[in-house]
Amino acid sequence: MSDKKNWPLWEVFVRSKNGLEHRHCGSLHAADEDMALENARDVYTRRSEGVSIWVVESKNITASNPENNGEMFEPAHDKVYRHPTFYDLPDEVKHM
Amino acid sequence: MSEEQIKNLETQFEARIARDEKIEPKDWMPEKYRKTHIRQMSQHAHSEIVGMLPEGNWITRAPSLRRKVALLAKVQDEAGHGLYLYSACETLGVSREELYEQLHSGKAKYSSIFNYPTVTWADMGAVGWLVDGAAIINQVPLCNTSYGPYARAMVRVCKEESFHQRQGYEIMIKLTNGTPEQKELAQDALNRWWWPSLMMLGPTDAESIHTEQSMKWKLKRKSNDDLRQQFIDQTVPQAELIGLTIPDADLKWNEERQSYDFGEINWDEFWQVVKGHGPMNKERMKARVGAWEEGEWVRDAAMAYAQKKQERKQKQAI
Repeated sequence: MSDKKNWPLWEVFVRSKNGLEHRHCGSLHAADEDMALENARDVYTRRSEGVSIWVVESKNITASNPENNGEMFEPAHDKVYRHPTFYDLPDEVKHM
Repeated sequence: MSEEQIKNLETQFEARIARDEKIEPKDWMPEKYRKTHIRQMSQHAHSEIVGMLPEGNWITRAPSLRRKVALLAKVQDEAGHGLYLYSACETLGVSREELYEQLHSGKAKYSSIFNYPTVTWADMGAVGWLVDGAAIINQVPLCNTSYGPYARAMVRVCKEESFHQRQGYEIMIKLTNGTPEQKELAQDALNRWWWPSLMMLGPTDAESIHTEQSMKWKLKRKSNDDLRQQFIDQTVPQAELIGLTIPDADLKWNEERQSYDFGEINWDEFWQVVKGHGPMNKERMKARVGAWEEGEWVRDAAMAYAQKKQERKQKQAI
């Protein structure tokens, strides 16, 4: 089967209601972006799970590689001073 | 990678699963984990897709609009469930075309239950009540399985599936409250679907070759025999409630075990169906492959149209 025939893969993001962010909910195949939106509606919002849908062709997503998780995310581990609990306050100060 | 390094990675991997951590698509995983997941998830997806056929058979002949919209929605859900599962499968680097090819060539299996015919309207009741009932018992534990995309797909599937079973049971209730002929239809459907539903939960533990490894990977949380017992204990009172008789002379409540004892399952029949000699195996594959082949021009036309639109857009931009 040639590449031309196969519908590309799309990632689907759904906002469940206004005020909330779009969340990734899965993927599907479609010939183009219009069909991807229509298919996403039928596959992922059959029970009113969404008020807004984004689709993006999967090949356009750049993802971090879990093999590099060390250099990617570990630098944040020893920076406890970025958290409020790092700072000592007298007990009299109840909320800050 | 040296053998020792791989061994090391495998140990870490097993430890992650033991800690209930989830595995995501790009994480390192043993080849066997990947292969086993592709096999199980695709088998599951194929079952959803083939599972549409026995019910699709009755959509145009549903006895009322209420029944028709419910059946349509159920079959549409099954298409959706197949799609969630194929997508989850594709995260492991296998393409949709390969998966279809495995189904169409007979290399991949689907649930043996769909190789039985749906000959009366009451079968829509029995399928929803028993087949979806057994499927739910199988699927609920999978919501906690170790592979992230599979677990997420199963959460969606399970949320949607409970209506399937309820609509089936409702059909049975209606029939058992109807004329003697209607009641007879319901009993006849139960007689035909009971044993295949028990078989659907898989071979006995002694014969199940994948159980041990699958338990470790949380691809399975209970053994086939435990699931079967759970299904029987749950279903027998439901049958009694609507005045239907389970077609098993050996079925008896066991006070000591607080469970039902039940008769011998005809495993020869099960293996015959698995091997392709069930009443509807050929028919199902013919319908499935036919739909795929006859739809080819539509898929090609959609691709050609998408390309044309794209080119037009590019031309306008210049």
